[in-house]
Amino acid sequence: MPQTTSSSSPFEDDAPEPDAPAAPTAQASTDALDSLLDEIDDTIQTNASQFVRSFVQKGGQ
Amino acid sequence: MRVVGIETEYGVTDPGNPGANPILLSSQLVAACRVWSGNSQTRWDYGGEDPLMDLRGMRRERRYATADLLTDSPEYSDANRGVTLRRRRGSWEDPAHLNAVLANGARFYVDHAHPEYSGPEVTSAHDAVVWDVAGDRIAAAAAAHMRAEGDDVALYKNNVDGKGASYGTHENYLVSREVDFDDLARRLMPHLVSRQIVVGAGRVGLGAYGETPGFQMSQRADYIEAEVGLETTLRRPIVNTRDEPHADRRKWRRLHIIIGDANSMEVPTYLKVGATSLILAAVEAGDARLDVLALADPVAEVSAVSRDLALRHRLRLASGEEATALEIQRALITIARDYTVDVEDNRVIERWENVIDPLGRDPLTAQREVEWVAKLHLLGRMRERYATAGADGQRQLPPWDDDRLRAADLQWSELGTGLAARMSAAGAVERVATDAEIEHAMTAPPSTTRAWLRGRMVSERSDIVDAASWSTIVLDRDTEHGHLEVLTLPDPFVTSHELVDSLLGEVTPPLP
Repeated sequence: MPQTTSSSSPFEDDAPEPDAPAAPTAQASTDALDSLLDEIDDTIQTNASQFVRSFVQKGGQ
Repeated sequence: MRVVGIETEYGVTDPGNPGANPILLSSQLVAACRVWSGNSQTRWDYGGEDPLMDLRGMRRERRYATADLLTDSPEYSDANRGVTLRRRRGSWEDPAHLNAVLANGARFYVDHAHPEYSGPEVTSAHDAVVWDVAGDRIAAAAAAHMRAEGDDVALYKNNVDGKGASYGTHENYLVSREVDFDDLARRLMPHLVSRQIVVGAGRVGLGAYGETPGFQMSQRADYIEAEVGLETTLRRPIVNTRDEPHADRRKWRRLHIIIGDANSMEVPTYLKVGATSLILAAVEAGDARLDVLALADPVAEVSAVSRDLALRHRLRLASGEEATALEIQRALITIARDYTVDVEDNRVIERWENVIDPLGRDPLTAQREVEWVAKLHLLGRMRERYATAGADGQRQLPPWDDDRLRAADLQWSELGTGLAARMSAAGAVERVATDAEIEHAMTAPPSTTRAWLRGRMVSERSDIVDAASWSTIVLDRDTEHGHLEVLTLPDPFVTSHELVDSLLGEVTPPLP
């Protein structure tokens, strides 16, 4: 199954080029994402492995 | 629209104590929810449930049922119309299965090892979103109460732990009893498989244990193993057959759909309910155009679609032809358009098209509406930030099993402070409901179903309400006969009841 492992695009390397430039709203989201990514940087680098390991749930429906 | 309800099982942890017992945590959370709601809550009435009735017409014998199917009490009794009397018994409530029926008509309780919010019956996709998000905020408020008492807890609106466990977000649709069940399952299947491109919440990890690194659209896809069946915790089916209508059995089925993801964004919840309801209208009308879309191998296509991030996979149809999930969704929109009956339905079609069109052009442009795209975009940006120089000097993105990506996938759905909530607060995602609507729905029931009677009785007459369920309200008051009175509400659309109306009329308005 093709998966994203090497492309800088989150989608597959051979994904079709967009027909049109991204909508203006996408640009606004990008600015909002930058500060969120900074916040993530501050916390996730040190705690990620332990957090992932300890997240254990029982099966449900 | 039809009557719809959404149930959500939340992931639950004690952040400081990974070994904490989840059943105990869930019980504490329900107890905290009762504190949060003050007197505006009551117990669950187990009187009328029949979880072993199968939609296909047979009833499973109790001794053949696994324990998790036995969601009713041993004292099953047939529900009668109107008011019946019930002998008083001691408190039948098992403390390990704490329940709270809330003022907004919902049930908040412990299901297996998870806290669950079962939203009240609603009649529009918009209201489904409002009372679903209200449930998230109620759960978050209960968690805040628990923390204030010194018991830490964190809640997640997701469906997988990445170690093999899955828990559900179930949709319930009231469907006419006249529809043949096999037709219903067969004709709905292409939608349930292809709608993942619209409603998937996104997941890091492939396989039930996340054993293969990767990203896929759906949380739930890798846990679906059958087309049709009664089970919900093993061999999970695309279409569940539990026949427990919580309504007049002669008129209705309650279709229980367990394939869906928990959504932390509002547009997917809106489209999940709105689009599926319109397709069900086509099914009820016996629309044979749906048969053209029948899939050759629906179970295999669930995970094939979920892993096809470029939206190019061609699903094999029973006819021998092939179609992409986008093409199937477009065909379904064309069919659904013929079953719109009001402005709300037209809005569903419009939103549905407004998601499918950008997905077809360039998936990234749907990041404000489609949750798996929003998550993939955020995680894609994280991968760029954490890229390193490889041996050949080329930029190397971290693989999908990097713990930072796996952690972000989990933290996406944390109630209150999760990444999805923060993206919404930053204005990066589309909303369907307003905060004022959601705030109101935390303590008020929808006014278009019997939840209107249940919720107001719970909030205004908790002095005489002993218990309640979807189809009953049990009264405990001074009477000559000395029994409990059970009001049975088999019609989910009923919003008026002589006795309830008179009891609510007796309430003295609160002093200013």
